[in-house]
Amino acid sequence: MSSLYGTRRVMRLIVRRDRVLLPLWVILLSVIPLGLINSIKKAYPTAADLEGVYKGAAHSAAYIALYGPDSGPSLGALGFQRSGIFMVVIALVSMLTVIRHTRTEEEAGRKELLASTPLGRQASVTAALAVTILGNAVLAIFLMGGLSGSLKLDGGGAVAFGLAQGLAGCVFAAVGALTAQLFVSARAARGVGIGVLAVAYLFRMIGDSAGSGSGLTWMSWATPIGWLQHVRPFAGERWWLFLPALALLIVLVGASYALSKSRDLGAGLVEERPGPVDAAPSLSGPLALAWRMHRSLLLSWSVGFALVGAAFGGLAKSIQSAANVSENTKDILSRLGGHAALGDTYLAALTSIAGLVAAAYATQTVTRLRSEESDGRVELILVTPVSRTKWAMSHLTFTLLGPAIALICYGLTSGIAYGASIGDMGKLPRVLGGAVVQLPAVWVVAAITLALFGLLPRFAMAGWAVLVLCLFFGQFGEAFKLKQAVLDISPFTHIPRLPGGSVSATPIVVLVVVSAVVSVAGLAGLRRRDVPVG
Amino acid sequence: MTDAIAVTGLVKTFGPTKALDGLDLTVRTGEIHGFLGPNGAGKTTTIRILLGLMRANGGTARVLGADPWTDTVALHRKLAYVPGDVTLWPNLSGGETIDLLGRMRGGIDKKRKAELVERFTLNPKKKGRTYSKGNRQKVALIAALASDVELLILDEPTSGLDPLMEETFRQVLEEHRQDRTVLLSSHILSEVEALCDRVSIIRDGRVVDSGTLDEMRQFSQIAVTAELEGAPTGLEALPGVHNLSVDGNKVQCDVDRDALTELLQRLSALGVRDLKSQPPTLEELFLRHYGAQETVASR
Repeated sequence: MSSLYGTRRVMRLIVRRDRVLLPLWVILLSVIPLGLINSIKKAYPTAADLEGVYKGAAHSAAYIALYGPDSGPSLGALGFQRSGIFMVVIALVSMLTVIRHTRTEEEAGRKELLASTPLGRQASVTAALAVTILGNAVLAIFLMGGLSGSLKLDGGGAVAFGLAQGLAGCVFAAVGALTAQLFVSARAARGVGIGVLAVAYLFRMIGDSAGSGSGLTWMSWATPIGWLQHVRPFAGERWWLFLPALALLIVLVGASYALSKSRDLGAGLVEERPGPVDAAPSLSGPLALAWRMHRSLLLSWSVGFALVGAAFGGLAKSIQSAANVSENTKDILSRLGGHAALGDTYLAALTSIAGLVAAAYATQTVTRLRSEESDGRVELILVTPVSRTKWAMSHLTFTLLGPAIALICYGLTSGIAYGASIGDMGKLPRVLGGAVVQLPAVWVVAAITLALFGLLPRFAMAGWAVLVLCLFFGQFGEAFKLKQAVLDISPFTHIPRLPGGSVSATPIVVLVVVSAVVSVAGLAGLRRRDVPVG
Repeated sequence: MTDAIAVTGLVKTFGPTKALDGLDLTVRTGEIHGFLGPNGAGKTTTIRILLGLMRANGGTARVLGADPWTDTVALHRKLAYVPGDVTLWPNLSGGETIDLLGRMRGGIDKKRKAELVERFTLNPKKKGRTYSKGNRQKVALIAALASDVELLILDEPTSGLDPLMEETFRQVLEEHRQDRTVLLSSHILSEVEALCDRVSIIRDGRVVDSGTLDEMRQFSQIAVTAELEGAPTGLEALPGVHNLSVDGNKVQCDVDRDALTELLQRLSALGVRDLKSQPPTLEELFLRHYGAQETVASR
């Protein structure tokens, strides 16, 4: 029997299970970039306007660091640069989709059930990849159609634009397929996959924004994100750059197949080590258990934040050196969306993104409560003399402290790297303050997830949607000309931008109070409801 | 002494479905009480209410004299629970999990843990995610049995164990019966017969029968098989005779206890070559209660 036998049936199963999620991300991740480009078109109707944007903002190292390398003054080229951030989102979603339909299924024991039917050995991994790649193909076609159809841009550029975005999704889908083969747990597969993506974007960021004279440009060319962002749609397309991406895709898929072919069900490349017969004396309560569950997460987030902080802080100098930029350029930057400008403002902008990422970490810690419940482990704890509140608080300790530790790591390394590069450590407190001041907004996002968990447990995962909304408001709210009243919904809108901006205590106090009240509501809901809710 | 578990008129609904529909259950202190019923009858829901994990919509439940919903933490010092479907923390070893759960209940007897690990032949070094269903169950069982508690609530604790381990489980529970009350939900009838002092049978969210096995047999029909001299006639007209089947000279039926004399008189009038009468086996008792599903279907 062929090793691919039954692939189509598994694909149908995946499409059936993702019938909402799959169309949702394909449509959102094609419509939002198109909408963004349309808003640039409206704000800068003439070629001279666009030229001004290109010469001013799009050339700045900060803008390049955040979004992608500059290529040309046309609407399409500027739009592609601004859409660089979407490439990462598409890559992330594609990777998580593949892991969810491979290792997660295997870990949950559902794959065993499927594999006992007439099904080829490679059918599961092939089906997960095929559905994700098809999703990316549809996304690419939407982008191509929108760019050449509605926005009336050049057809060749539109094809290159769509291919670059879609191929990024495909390559990281294959990264997900590979990590899913390597690790026994889906959690580890996700963690390593996200790490690979983060390193790829960070390399691209350093390589592109450090400038050609720095000797660091190779860093951008070392990653698939770098290749695809240098394709230059609408500015003399470099079609040959699709070749290394395609080759990498083939290598990754081949490696996943090779691993999947020879390994046992449930096994990975990284074997499970035996544990101790007796627990250490410290492992004696819910907090100790939560520590065991959260410690590797805390460590990897903290190290990640520290590294990113060092990179961001180190780059600030090269941005500072091009400081003769007019008010007009700053204005253009802000109207383009995002807040990337120079020096302090640049760091402040990156720090607000770090705040959002810290909120993702916080959300992750709160959703652990839900997975403990739906996996059935919570019953083992709640039938001991541990109250529900105490159990929840054991995890929430890490929601409260984890992002704080991670943001302090980020603030310290970015402040020190920035200070070292400009030879003035005086900025450190304000850079660190800028990172720490993100926490109230982080806690509000986490508190909303907690409230969902306590009051509407089936919708606890909608906490992620809250985060996506905050990201959208922060990154694209101004470009889409959303009203201030709408932007004010996001807690991050109210956070002072440091270093550079002014600090007022009121919004911080209000956000802390809001997060406390919402959390208490969530805990009250948890005390009153049935456990488990399926 | 008060009853360990006293439940009256318990009602629990999940949206439009009525999981418990006026359930009564009494477990006397010191007994091992069997809790039986078909899948979906409401056993686990009842247990979750007794543990304070779910709140009943109606009726009262007292466990060790306490309200399980309001006195949850104090109550949980005195009981241990083994869920029907055990999931463990993937990165904790079995030994660590046993210690952790025991310590949360206020301390674990190290010697007893080592002894139980030995008897259940558990490898305590393996990580949670690598255990099979039976081994996960052993981890939860050892954690429960090694703690000093008055009440054990066990939800199909042996459903994943092999026959040898099941036998070990019976022995261990026998040794523990002196100082504990046990509510044992199970589908394994021989286990129930061997261990349980009293039994409650639940169906469609109600207890349909409760008592010792002898009592339950007392009120049930007797199966009679007979081979007669001639063709059996007139039996269907007798009161209290059920499920009559005739095959030539052979006859088979169930009869109410108070109608037995009359049936025997009729049979001896026809001339008896062979006669066998027996109380219902436990299986038959349960099948009778489990079987009649028409009420479920008609809802």
